[in-house]
Amino acid sequence: MYKYITRRVLQFIPMLFLVTVVVYGLAQAAPGDPMSGEILDPDIPAEVLEERREALGLNDPIPVQYWNWLSSVAVGDFGQSMHYTGRSVSELVTSRIMNTLYLSLFALAVTILVAIPIGIYSSKKPYSLLDYSATTFAFLGLATPNFFAALIAIYFFSFQLGWFPSQGTVSSVGLTGFEYFIDKLRHLILPGFTLGLASTAIYMRYLRTEMLEVMGSDFIRTARAKGLGPGSVLYKHTLRNALIPIITLLGFEFGTLLSGAVITEAVFNYPGLGTLFLNSIQNRDYPVIMAINLILAVTILVGNLLADIFYAIVDPRIRYD
Amino acid sequence: MGIRKTEDVKSSQPEKSKSPLQLAMRRFLRNRLAVAGIVIIIIMVSIAVFAPLLAQHDPRQSDLINVMQKPSGENWLGTDSSGRDNFSRLVYGSQVSLLIGFFAMLFTLAIGVVLGSLSGFYGGKVDSLIMRAADLMLIFPFLLLVLTVMAILDRVTIGIFITIIALTTWPNITRILRGTFLSLREKEYIIGARSIGCSDLRIIVKHFLPNAIGPIIVNATIMMATLIIIESGLSFIGFGIPQPTPTWGNMVTEARSLRVLTQHPEAWVPPGLAILLTVLAINFIGDGLRDAFDTKSNM
Repeated sequence: MYKYITRRVLQFIPMLFLVTVVVYGLAQAAPGDPMSGEILDPDIPAEVLEERREALGLNDPIPVQYWNWLSSVAVGDFGQSMHYTGRSVSELVTSRIMNTLYLSLFALAVTILVAIPIGIYSSKKPYSLLDYSATTFAFLGLATPNFFAALIAIYFFSFQLGWFPSQGTVSSVGLTGFEYFIDKLRHLILPGFTLGLASTAIYMRYLRTEMLEVMGSDFIRTARAKGLGPGSVLYKHTLRNALIPIITLLGFEFGTLLSGAVITEAVFNYPGLGTLFLNSIQNRDYPVIMAINLILAVTILVGNLLADIFYAIVDPRIRYD
Repeated sequence: MGIRKTEDVKSSQPEKSKSPLQLAMRRFLRNRLAVAGIVIIIIMVSIAVFAPLLAQHDPRQSDLINVMQKPSGENWLGTDSSGRDNFSRLVYGSQVSLLIGFFAMLFTLAIGVVLGSLSGFYGGKVDSLIMRAADLMLIFPFLLLVLTVMAILDRVTIGIFITIIALTTWPNITRILRGTFLSLREKEYIIGARSIGCSDLRIIVKHFLPNAIGPIIVNATIMMATLIIIESGLSFIGFGIPQPTPTWGNMVTEARSLRVLTQHPEAWVPPGLAILLTVLAINFIGDGLRDAFDTKSNM
C-alpha cells in the first residue's frame, strides 16, 4: 500500500507541472498582453511603453517568463490585477475564496446528508413509494440546469415566502458573533441547496444501486445465515462496503462543485471565486483568470490524490503492485 | 447512426438468430419511459423544424416601444426587455439548443472515438500520451476552461462554440472506448483477424467498434443531455451564443432582472421548462439504452 501511495504521489508531480504549463500557455495565447489596455491610450509615448514592457519582463523569452511566473506563484504572488488597479491578485482571490469554500462545503454536506439516508432507505425498500419519489426527484434534479433551479428557489423561497435572502452573503454589516453566523447560514441555504441538487440526485441513485449490489453478495448471505440482525447486516456489512466507492467519488465531486459554483454564484450575486472569475473574464483580467484556474486545478488534483489514497487505505481487498 | 451499424453486427452472426442490436432494440421499446423520451424528442425536433410556421414573429426583431409586455393575443408569452416576442424566441430557441447539443455531441464523439481507438488499440506510448492528456483535461474545472478559452478568442460563433465544447469534453468517451478496446485486445478472433492480414484500420472498424457500440451510444446520449445543459448555462451567464440569436439559455437570462423574475414568470419559466423537458427526455432514452444494451438483462 505504501508503495502505491508513493507512486501515486510521484505521479502527482508531473501532473502539477503540466497544469502550470497549460495555465501559462492559455494566458500566453490571450490576445495582446497585460499592457494592451494602455496601448490603446494614445497619450503614452511608444518609448515609455517599451520601457515598461522591458521592466515587466514582457520581452523576455517565453521559458524565462514562465519560470519567473512560476517562482512567484510558488510563494503566492500572482501579480497585479489589470482591472482593479493597485490590487494584487492574491488579495482579490483571498477576499473571495472562503465564500466559495463555504458554499461548496455546504453543497457537499447537503449531498451527503440527503443522498445517503434516502439511498439507504430506497435500497432497503426498493419499489416503495419513497423509492419511486426519490427516483422521480433524481431524474428531475439531473435534468434541471442549476441556474433554473436557482431562479425557481429565489422565486418561491425568497420572493413569495420571504424565508431566505436571495443575494450576497450578509444582510447588514453590524452583526457579530452568533447573529453573524446565522445570517451567513441563511444566505448559504438557497445557493447551497441549488448547487448540491445535481450531485444529491446522482449519489442517491448511486448508493441505491451500490447497496443492492452488495446485498446480493455472498458475505451478506453468510452474515444473515449466522444469525445477525437486519440492522447489523444493513449498517455494518452492507452500508460500509457500499460507501467505499461513494466516498471516493465525493472526493472528485468537489471539483464539479467548484465548477458549478460559477453559475450558482452568478445567480445569487454571491461574492465568491465564481463571480470574481466571471468578472475577470468580462474585463479580460488575465492574471486573475490564470490564478483562479491554477488554484482550482491544483485543488482538484490534490482532491483526487487524497481520494485515491483514501481508497487504498479503506479497501484492503484492492492490492496494488 | 445505429442503422448502418446493424449490418456489421449482423454479419458477425453466422446463424439467423436475432442480432444483439435487435435484442437491444426490443428491450428498449418495452421501456415505457424511454419511449416517452423518444416521443418528447420527436415533438421537440418537429418544433425546431417547423419553427417558421409556428412563430408569428421574427425572434430577433426588437421593438423598443413594446418591451416587457404581458402575454396577449399578439404576443402569447409577452415580450422581452428588447421587445422581442417570447413565444417566437422559445420556438426558435429549440433549433439552437438541439443543434448545438447534437453537433457538439457528434464532434466530441468523433474525437473520443479516434483517440480512444488509438489509445486502446496501440497501447504503449500512444496510450500513455493520450491518457495523460485526458487526465489533464479532467483536472481543469470544465466550465472554467471553456470560459477561459472563450475569453481568449474574440468572437464566439456557433461553430467555434461547438469546437470548444468538443475539445474540452472528449476525455470521458475516450476512456470508455479505450477500456472496451483493452478488454478485447487479447481475444482470439482479434488474433485471428490479425493473422489473416487484416489492416489495423479494418480491425478497429470491423472488429473493435461494433463491440463498443453499446457503451458508445449510451454515453453519446447522456453526453448530449449534459451538453444541452452546458450550452444553456453558458448562454445564461452571457458567454454562450450571443444575442439576438434566441437560445433557451439566453432567454432565461432575462430573469436576472428582479422585475422579470418576480413579475414576468411567463418570460423565463417556459424556456427553463423546455430545457428541463428535453434533458429529461434524453436521459430517459439514455437510461433505456443502457438497460437495453446491458447483457446481464438478456431476454
